Amino acid sequence: MTDTTRRAARPVPPAAPAGPKRAPAPRGARLSRRLTPWLFLIAPLALLLTFTYAPIANMVAYSFTDWDGVSPELNYTGTENYTELLTRSELFEVFLVSGYYLVASVVQIVLALYFATVLSFDVRFRSFFKGVLFFPYLINGVAIGFVFLYFFQDGGTLDSVLSLLGVESDHAWLGTPFSANTSLAGVSVWRYLGLNFVLFLGAIQSIPGELYEAAEIDGAGRWHQFRHIIAPGIKPVLGLSVVLSVSGSLSVFEIPYVMTGGATGTETFVIQTVKLAFQFNKTGLASAAAVVLLLIVLAVTWVQRRIVPDEKVDLV
Amino acid sequence: MTRRTVARALVHLSLVLATLVVLLPLTVIFLTSLKSSKEMANGSGALALPDDPLNLDNYVTAFRDGQMLSAFGNTAVILVVAVGGTILIGSMTAYAIDRFRFRLRKLVVALFLLAALVPGVTTQVATFQIVNSFGMFDSLWAPIALYMGTDIVSIYIFLQFIRSIPVSLDEAARLDGAGAFTVYRKVILPLLKPAIATVVIVKGINVYNDFYIPFLYMPSEDLGVISTSLFRFKGPFGAHWETISAGAVLVILPTLIVFLFLQRFIYNGFTRGATK
Repeated sequence: MTDTTRRAARPVPPAAPAGPKRAPAPRGARLSRRLTPWLFLIAPLALLLTFTYAPIANMVAYSFTDWDGVSPELNYTGTENYTELLTRSELFEVFLVSGYYLVASVVQIVLALYFATVLSFDVRFRSFFKGVLFFPYLINGVAIGFVFLYFFQDGGTLDSVLSLLGVESDHAWLGTPFSANTSLAGVSVWRYLGLNFVLFLGAIQSIPGELYEAAEIDGAGRWHQFRHIIAPGIKPVLGLSVVLSVSGSLSVFEIPYVMTGGATGTETFVIQTVKLAFQFNKTGLASAAAVVLLLIVLAVTWVQRRIVPDEKVDLV
Repeated sequence: MTRRTVARALVHLSLVLATLVVLLPLTVIFLTSLKSSKEMANGSGALALPDDPLNLDNYVTAFRDGQMLSAFGNTAVILVVAVGGTILIGSMTAYAIDRFRFRLRKLVVALFLLAALVPGVTTQVATFQIVNSFGMFDSLWAPIALYMGTDIVSIYIFLQFIRSIPVSLDEAARLDGAGAFTVYRKVILPLLKPAIATVVIVKGINVYNDFYIPFLYMPSEDLGVISTSLFRFKGPFGAHWETISAGAVLVILPTLIVFLFLQRFIYNGFTRGATK
C-alpha cells in the first residue's frame, strides 16, 4: 500500500501514456485488455456510423439516381441531378437568399465585437446588459418566428413604434422579396448576436489584465488597445465565428420557414431541400443539393483552418 | 464636457438602444398574450396595455387546445433520455480515447473529428431513410437516437476534462483491483461533474429548442414537442395573435427562469461548448 500512495502522490503529466506498466500478462488477460477500449466505444461508434457516416454514403449514392424515396425502383442517372441543379436557375436562386444572411452575419459579428469590447471594461449594469444581449440565443426558434411575425405585421410592433416616433408607414415588411429577406436576416442577427458576443467576451477576458495596464501606461487609447491587444487575442474565436456564420447562412431554416414558409422569395437552401425530398418526393435531386451544400461548408471550413490555424483543436 | 464623458454617454446610449431592441418585441408579445380577443378585434395597438393585466384566458386556451401539456411531456422525456444518453456516450468515448492506447485509435479520433464538420441539416434526406428503416419514424426514439448519436461537442468537452484528471488516480484504483469499468464508474464519472453540468446545459437548451428534427421525424399530432406544437398554432389559431402570443410566452418562460437562475453556468457552458 505504501508503494501505491507514493505513486499516486507523484504528479503525472496528463499527456503521459495511460495504463499502468505491468509485467507481461498471460495471453487471456492481454486479449481482454486489448478489447477493453472497444467495449467503451461500441455504442458511440455504432451511433456515429449509423447516423452520420452511413447517411453521407447513402446520400452520395442517391444523388446519382432518380429515386423518389418510396418506391423500390431506382434508376442510375449519372450526373443528371447535378446538371439540373446548376442549370435550373430557380433551384440556384436560393443561394442568393443566403447572401442576405451572409451580409447580416458581417453586421452581427461587428456588433458582437463592439458590445463584447465595451462590456469587458467596467460599465454600470454590466451583467444586466450581458444577460439581455445573450438571452435571445436561448429562445426557441419557433417562438422567435411568431414574435417577429407579429413585429412585422401591418399595425404590429414595428409600425406602432414608427408611428410613435412620428413616421407613418403602411409598408408591408414581408411583402417584397428584398424587404422580406432583409427583415428575416435582421431577425437572424437579433437571435444569434448573443452567441458571438459571449464567445468574444470569453476570449477577451482570457487576455491577461496586465497587458491593458502596460498599454495604458504607454499612453495607448482604447482604439489602440483594441487593435494591438484584443484583436490578436481573439483571432481564433473570430475565425470560428466566420465559419459558423457562413455555414449558418447556407443552412438557414427555422425562421423563414415559420415566418413566411419560404414565400415571397425567402426560400432558403434547406427549405428547398426539405420540400424536394419530403413534399415532391425527389430524393435523388434533394440528395444532390445536400451534397453540394455539404461540399461548400467543408470547403469553407478547410479554408478557415488554413488561414487561422486553430491550435485548440487537439483531440488526439 | 470632456471627450471622455461624451464617449461614455455614447456607449451607454448604444447599450440602452440594444436593450430596447431585444426587449421590445418580447414585451409586446407578453402584453398581447394578456389581451382578450375582443380587445384585439377593436384594434388595440401593439404597444397598448391590456385592459385586464390578469387576463389568463389565452393561456388556458393555448394549454388546452394547443396541447401544450402533452408537448411539455414529450419534450421532457426526450430531454431526459437524450441528455442522459449523451453524457454516458460522450464520457465513455472520451475515457476510451484518452486512457487507452490501442490500434486504430487515431482512426477513431479522426472519425469523430470529421463528423464535427458535417452540419446536421445537410444529411437529413438520407438519415431519414435510415431512421425509417429502423421503424423509428414517428416515434420518440427518432429524435432521441439522433440527438445522442451526433453530439461531438459533448465528447470534446469530456475529453478536455478527462485530460486534467491525473492518471495516477486510475492507477491507484487499478492496483486495488478495479477493472476498467469500475475505474470509469467510480473514479472518472464522479470527477467529471463540472463537465457534466456543462453538457446538460448546452445539450439541454439545444434539445428543448430544436425544431427541425421533431418536425421531420414526428409528424403525428400527439407526438408534438414544444416547438412543433407551437408551430401548429399557425393553423387553428390563424390570426388569433392573443393565443399565439400566449403559446410563445409559455415556451419562452421556462428558458427565462432557467437562465435567470443559472446565468453564470450557462455563459461558461457556451464558451466551453462552442469554442471546440
